[in-house]
Amino acid sequence: MSIIDKTDAVLEPEAVGFDGPLLDVRDLHVEFHTRDGVAKAVNGVNYSVEAGETLAVLGESGSGKSVTAQAIMGILDMPPGRIPRGEIMFRGQDMLKMSEEQRRRIRGRKIAMIFQDALSSLNPVLSVGYQLGEMYRVHEGLSKKAAKAKAIEMMDRVKIPAAAARVNDYPHQFSGGMRQRIMIAMALALEPELIIADEPTTALDVTVQAQVMDLLAELQREYRMGLILITHDLGVVADVADKIAVMYAGRIVERGPVHELYRNPGHPYTKGLLESIPRLDQKGQELYAIKGLPPNLTRIPSGCAFNPRCPMAQDVCRTDVPPLHPMTAPDGTELVGRASACHFWKETVNG
Amino acid sequence: MSELTSKTDTVVAAQAATTPDAVLATDAGPAPGKPRSLWSDAWYDLRHNWMFLLSTFLILLLLLIAAVPDLFISGSVSPRDGDLTAHYLQSPQMSHLFSAEWFGYDHQGRSIYARVLHGTRASILVGVMVTLVVSLVGGLVGLISGYFGGWVDSVVSRVTDVFFGIPFLLGAMVVLNTFAERSVPVVALALAVLGWTSIARVMRGSVITVKQADYVTAARALGAGTGRILFKHILPNAVAPVIVVATIALGGYITAEATLSFLGIGLTEAISWGQDISSGKDYLRTAQYVLFFPAAMLSVTVLAFLMFGDAVRNALDPKSR
Repeated sequence: MSIIDKTDAVLEPEAVGFDGPLLDVRDLHVEFHTRDGVAKAVNGVNYSVEAGETLAVLGESGSGKSVTAQAIMGILDMPPGRIPRGEIMFRGQDMLKMSEEQRRRIRGRKIAMIFQDALSSLNPVLSVGYQLGEMYRVHEGLSKKAAKAKAIEMMDRVKIPAAAARVNDYPHQFSGGMRQRIMIAMALALEPELIIADEPTTALDVTVQAQVMDLLAELQREYRMGLILITHDLGVVADVADKIAVMYAGRIVERGPVHELYRNPGHPYTKGLLESIPRLDQKGQELYAIKGLPPNLTRIPSGCAFNPRCPMAQDVCRTDVPPLHPMTAPDGTELVGRASACHFWKETVNG
Repeated sequence: MSELTSKTDTVVAAQAATTPDAVLATDAGPAPGKPRSLWSDAWYDLRHNWMFLLSTFLILLLLLIAAVPDLFISGSVSPRDGDLTAHYLQSPQMSHLFSAEWFGYDHQGRSIYARVLHGTRASILVGVMVTLVVSLVGGLVGLISGYFGGWVDSVVSRVTDVFFGIPFLLGAMVVLNTFAERSVPVVALALAVLGWTSIARVMRGSVITVKQADYVTAARALGAGTGRILFKHILPNAVAPVIVVATIALGGYITAEATLSFLGIGLTEAISWGQDISSGKDYLRTAQYVLFFPAAMLSVTVLAFLMFGDAVRNALDPKSR
């Protein structure tokens, strides 16, 4: 029990009466020192999540969305990773300044993570009941028996049929959707305040994807947790997320509430992403694709990182890095929560 | 969509409720309905492998001989008592099963059968002790250098290389020559000092593979500490190749003990097959059986452990078949 008391002591002073955002990432930079030079994976990311809110982080592979999540969890391999600048404020405390032991106590209890591939994220030699129960035994010091009872209860919560009969089964005996449910159960076991789901449905069938997303959304509402949903699937985001942050080459290029951003994207990259979704009413026509490839992170283009692929690029895009402009409607009223890192966001929105 | 979800779930739940085994039936194999782990799968494989059954039988028999050698010989015959006038190089009496004269007598009039039986204990003890020490030390060293990597790995690996570079027999001779009285633990220790490196290397490689697995990252993300990750998540997944190498090496350690005893730098107190083979070689032209029986016993023992190790390897790594 002493561990838990200590954990609370660590978080208590500012946690009480703190009314800022649950998680506030400020100007986060992450770089990897490799033989080919320094790969700048994250270059000044800012985002925040409130309790009960869902933030979707969208982006291609290599855009830095997963690295940001790993930095928040503190599971980045350092070296070769390094965090030269930035703050990750959890309930008003900078996690980057905490000791490894303090951070370990937050992992799993306060912030938990769901991984992409549930089969490889579950230990093949331990039964799922054991792994789920481990959460209670390690963090809450429950006995083996009590932990198993809790594990069964948790498996019921994530709607695994015949939970009591299957608690001693091993991960390979479950289907992909069921395994992801077990991962979700492990992440939710201690009712954390924030969950980071790193492409939770990418490895699943389309039909199962919807079930798992619904389950995740339902449980999130029930526990009033903050949720960071990392994905490259625009379809998954639309139903679940409250707000979106679109990442490109380690920066947030656009953010805003889901529906407004979908209806009227304010950055050429977001626009390109939305136009490359296959649509039934455009059957037979060629599908749009963003030309070119994401940049090499050791040699990010000068100016706006997207300029070599951007259909609207001008000279200014090759020289000046666009800041994240707050967006306004044509009549001058502020669009709440919307921002775009494009020199020509006005033209993008209106054109 | 949630309607669809709940429907599917109730269907599945109903199915599961009526026939709990039906869900699991797709996992054909041993005992449907029972959870199957890597180890239970391996155990299922082993039980249906004649090589495993035969070697297990032999090993159990050898262990019993080692524990109570007198159980297998009629009358009380001491392996050390010789009667030169009555039994000098007396030929084997193959019809006198389990009697002192079954395998004949050696040049000092001692019962070869009794000596072969009593020699089992030293060989098996040395083999098992070396294997245990080597697995423990090598396993731990490999676990630490594999998991922590970096400079820890560099230092530990170089130390391992140094030990690996010492010729086995030469090293053992140097170490053992410093002892006047060489009991079983002394010989076992000498072999272990030179033998732990192979296990350490296997373990290190295995740990490096396992530590990159997603479930290790997942365990870390859910708040597991270093100790728990090392011993609960990495060790059980990395230990299989070590078990295989260790069981196969056990036979090798028994041979090594016999070799050292043959050369006269092995056990001094105990009765050993190696010593008997050494003294038997002087009578190779007149009384071959003096050399044959301890040598045959040694071969059977080593074969039993090699077969056992092979069977375990096949069970733990089905891809190697």
